[in-house]
Amino acid sequence: MLKTFLIGIKDVRLAFRDRAALILMLAAPFVLTVGLGLVTGRFSSKTSSGISDIPVIIVNLDHDQLGNALADVFNSADLADLLEPTIGSDPEAARKSIDEDKAAAVVIIPEGFTKSIIPQQSDFANGNVVTADPVKIEVYANPSRSMGAGIVKAIVDEFLSRVEEGRVSETTSIEQLTFSGRITPQQALAAGFAASLDNQTISPASTLAVKINSSTANGDAVKFDALAYIAPAMALMFLMYTVSYGGRSILAERAQGTLPRLLVSPTSTAQILGGKVFGIFLTGAAQMLILIGASSLFFQLKWGDPLGVIVLVLAAVIGATGWGMVITALARTPSQVASVGTAIMLIFGIMGGSFINLEQMPSFVQTFSKITPNAWALDGFTTLGLGGTLTDLSAPILALLSMGSILFLVSVALFGKKNLVQK
Amino acid sequence: MSAILQVQNLVKNYGDFKAVKGVSFDIEEGEIFSLLGPNGAGKTTTISMLSTLYAPTSGDATIGGHSITKDPMGVRGIIGVVPQDLALYEDLTARENLIFWGQMYNLSGKSLTTRVDEVLEQIGLTDKAKDRVKTYSGGMKRRVNIGVGLLHKPRLLFMDEPTVGIDPQSRRAILDTVKDLNNQGMTLLYTTHYMEEAEELSHRVGIIDHGEMIAIGTQKELTQQVGEAETLILHVGENDDSESLAKTLKDIQGVQQATAVDHEVSVVCAEAEDVLAAVVTKANDRGIKIRSIDIREPNLEAVFLHLTGRALRD
Repeated sequence: MLKTFLIGIKDVRLAFRDRAALILMLAAPFVLTVGLGLVTGRFSSKTSSGISDIPVIIVNLDHDQLGNALADVFNSADLADLLEPTIGSDPEAARKSIDEDKAAAVVIIPEGFTKSIIPQQSDFANGNVVTADPVKIEVYANPSRSMGAGIVKAIVDEFLSRVEEGRVSETTSIEQLTFSGRITPQQALAAGFAASLDNQTISPASTLAVKINSSTANGDAVKFDALAYIAPAMALMFLMYTVSYGGRSILAERAQGTLPRLLVSPTSTAQILGGKVFGIFLTGAAQMLILIGASSLFFQLKWGDPLGVIVLVLAAVIGATGWGMVITALARTPSQVASVGTAIMLIFGIMGGSFINLEQMPSFVQTFSKITPNAWALDGFTTLGLGGTLTDLSAPILALLSMGSILFLVSVALFGKKNLVQK
Repeated sequence: MSAILQVQNLVKNYGDFKAVKGVSFDIEEGEIFSLLGPNGAGKTTTISMLSTLYAPTSGDATIGGHSITKDPMGVRGIIGVVPQDLALYEDLTARENLIFWGQMYNLSGKSLTTRVDEVLEQIGLTDKAKDRVKTYSGGMKRRVNIGVGLLHKPRLLFMDEPTVGIDPQSRRAILDTVKDLNNQGMTLLYTTHYMEEAEELSHRVGIIDHGEMIAIGTQKELTQQVGEAETLILHVGENDDSESLAKTLKDIQGVQQATAVDHEVSVVCAEAEDVLAAVVTKANDRGIKIRSIDIREPNLEAVFLHLTGRALRD
């Protein structure tokens, strides 16, 4: 175990002393992040998310004050660039559209939604100013368009959060006035009904703040930053370079004689291979964490829940390391690993959404993207950027860990058929 | 003395190619044993099997009582290996290399740092210990390469052609190091295709050719195999046909062997004086100008020539 650790540490040290590798591991993703940030206007005064025309279907069965207000939010001029809303009338047809990947999400506002929130005159007449539990709005999300669906959900959450705030404050105020004897129950009846009508009338303009905002668990609004997509996208793409670089070092050690020398020391083959894999993992994790630290420091980029970020980074590196090992096991020379690794880096970068948001890709690409660590990890980073936490990352983390484990076993099987020593 | 290494009928095949064909020999504790043979003779393959890098096709060897096939880990703990090609991390310093390799040989803590300092002193690189290996000259790299093999004070050190491709000064330093190590009690298996190195260093020599051990013994025992034969070395012109001259010289009475390598013709004979005139006459008859003639006492080169009909450098 100790030797495995020592071999891994030695490989990290070697990787970070290789200037050419440093350029591709750290400088290139950083520069590309800056470049794409400039293209999307992230660094100009007029900020843009770089995300647009998210197709969303609104099914308003409420046809009352709040339902109409929410529908108006989705159709507001301020969200016109971001969203591409269509109005539906049949919930089942709308859900089917999602299943057929025709939209990012459906927002179904159920019948009686407004009535479940705004007290009716009869409630005040009975002296019951606290309404029943609200009827729930359904957001039917498209799993293959997680970012778009996440944004739609964030808008709905923000709307409901404001509605809830208004409802609680208004009810509390009237109760306090009644108990203090400052108003009579009859006056409370009239005031409550008037206030509820006034408070719950939410205009689209008043919700513009939500834009691409979402709510975190503690209720703080966070803004989704374009760089929160670009920076991990670039980091993940160049993570694939790092893992192929690490894999290449196994064959390079064989060519330069240090691997045979290790094999004639009292160190087992498992310890040596384990150390090499550990070295790839450590180098990849260090690369990701340095890039995350640098983008946080220089661009004030908020990556989201720190625990979620760390766990996701480790899972992403495990998934990518699996690919690095398979590439190495299939190649015969270090230069083969370098060329195949670079090709895979670019293919996975494109297919995994590093350059173009996956939601704008054809469905077969979206399906294919599931074999890339880029797509899963990017999905996770997007969730975190939209205010998600570690608990929201179970799917990408599980997928990445499974990917890493399966590919590691495949590489072990492939290595088993090869002679580690012979060039 | 007892044998630290006992090799029994070691065979290594790569498909149809037989790289080592049933080699057997012993090495006594405290001696320097040289495996002498031309390139491709099977020296490196033999060392690779003995150091447990390659599994033998058949046969076995024991080192300090550990079988290379049944207990490779036991073998690895008591041997040191200095490979023919440099096997170092060039982006690490000499000290970092030695520390890493020491850790791989189970050294740690104070004993590791002390041993690294001792080895740096031994290879004369204490002052350059913090420089990266890639900034070193070829000779300095060779010294670090040797230093790695010494860290854990192995009972038996394998050195595979450690002087190939280096300058005469570094070569001298390495040969002196080998002798020093042996004087300190270390047993060495040294492979080379330089006859002079084998003659200078070895207590015993094994001559290997085409994967077979063709002779083993002290230098004296081996040269006795060619009797009292002497070797005439004829240096001819660059444009002269040395090979045809060698064929012609074989016809002279008293000549046992005649071979040509580059612009030298080696003639093995019982008495150089008896054939010298005839050799010069034959050369003149063929219009070949002899630039100089050396007469050598029996040596390992002559033994190899005698046994194989070829020069070591063929």
